[in-house]
Amino acid sequence: MIGIIKYGIGNVFSVMACIKRIGKDCFFIEKEKDIEKAKYIVLPGVGNFREGIEFLNRNSFTEKIKEKIKNGVPFLGICLGLQLLFEYSEEGNKKGMNILNGKVLRFKNINFKIPHMGWNKLKFFKNSPLLNGISENSYFYFAHSYYVLPEENEIIYGRTEYGINFPSLIIKENIVGVQFHPEKSGENGLKFIKNFLEKKWLQ
Amino acid sequence: MVTVRIIPCLDVKDGKVVKGVHFENLKIAGDPVENASFYSKEGADEIVFLDISATIEGRKTMVDVVKKVAEVVFIPLTVGGGINSIEDIEKLLSNGADKISINTSAVKNPKIIEEGAKKFGSQCIVIAIDAKKIKEGKWEVYIESGKKPTGIDVIEWAKKVEDLGAGEILLTSIDKDGTQDGYDIELTKSVSENVNIPVIASGGAGKLQHLYDAIVYGKASAILIASLLHFRILTISQIKSYLKEKGIEVRL
Repeated sequence: MIGIIKYGIGNVFSVMACIKRIGKDCFFIEKEKDIEKAKYIVLPGVGNFREGIEFLNRNSFTEKIKEKIKNGVPFLGICLGLQLLFEYSEEGNKKGMNILNGKVLRFKNINFKIPHMGWNKLKFFKNSPLLNGISENSYFYFAHSYYVLPEENEIIYGRTEYGINFPSLIIKENIVGVQFHPEKSGENGLKFIKNFLEKKWLQ
Repeated sequence: MVTVRIIPCLDVKDGKVVKGVHFENLKIAGDPVENASFYSKEGADEIVFLDISATIEGRKTMVDVVKKVAEVVFIPLTVGGGINSIEDIEKLLSNGADKISINTSAVKNPKIIEEGAKKFGSQCIVIAIDAKKIKEGKWEVYIESGKKPTGIDVIEWAKKVEDLGAGEILLTSIDKDGTQDGYDIELTKSVSENVNIPVIASGGAGKLQHLYDAIVYGKASAILIASLLHFRILTISQIKSYLKEKGIEVRL
């Protein structure tokens, strides 16, 4: 079963609808013990970093997520769900889950409107079966004011241009993180989620 | 670069899509789920639902409408109309809405912007501003579906909602709405140049050139369209091909 971590915040409904559309079963992880039965973990996110990390820590989700990731459970972090994986965020000046090295920064000194809101191109940096059936420079939907800056360059598989060329697709072992919203990116998004669940990218 | 967004707006009353001209004279125009699926397939970048139900019972149906649409349509959905509290926002977001558009209640209680942005993130708090021109270069904020003047200056209000944490402004010209003779370019440009958040232009679209003008001269990040699309005067693919030809980046 695919477990979707349910925050008090953000739109988890669409992630569930998207997975159901692909024909897979999923459930909401609402308590720490629910994580146990998850064969996949999805951490969605629309919302605020401070609220997000405080929620995860308060409900003992952080330690449990770390343990599951260590045990090889495929993990997908979306938007804030990606950002929460890192050490620190400028949003709320808070520490994150510290699963990936690096930090989360606010867009600064760019000549564009913030939030970065709308459809933008995913440029591939490395190939992965996660991108099967998706062409280079396909459009995905973004809605964020912060972006991740990983310390390890080799985990960056895709980037997107918005004043800077920020990392928008991260893969490290069994962890996938995306700055865009696959659940809101039409057909390409559905393909991406399907590829994630097919696990070919893990081999 | 991020593309300019083309956003159909569906007015919903008691669970049904209707269309208003100058905010009145409603006509029944179809089922929300079918409308949304249709526009999504046609290439809409987002969809806005505006609940214009007059009764509490009518409003309750909006949660169901969003839920049903979000099950089959995988592009961003914004819901506006009659949202008064953090609880209202939470209910809609947890049932499939991606963004919430607030108008009257934000003017009456600006704290809702701050609290909403803090709790759910700026990117899901859209502030709808209905603007009426009072003299050259000056517009007044109207509330309650464009019926009640507030004495508030549109530019000042736009700056304030940005400071409070709004992620986007949905700007409607009351003077132009329903006229089909073009967006209020001066209004759109003034607001867009005074804030650093995206501005969605609304009200007055009648032909392709109007959309181009709102983007290029009005500096809008997105365009909201209703009747032009609903009555099939233009299609989304027509609009996007046209804009692309003119050198504007769109998602095709």
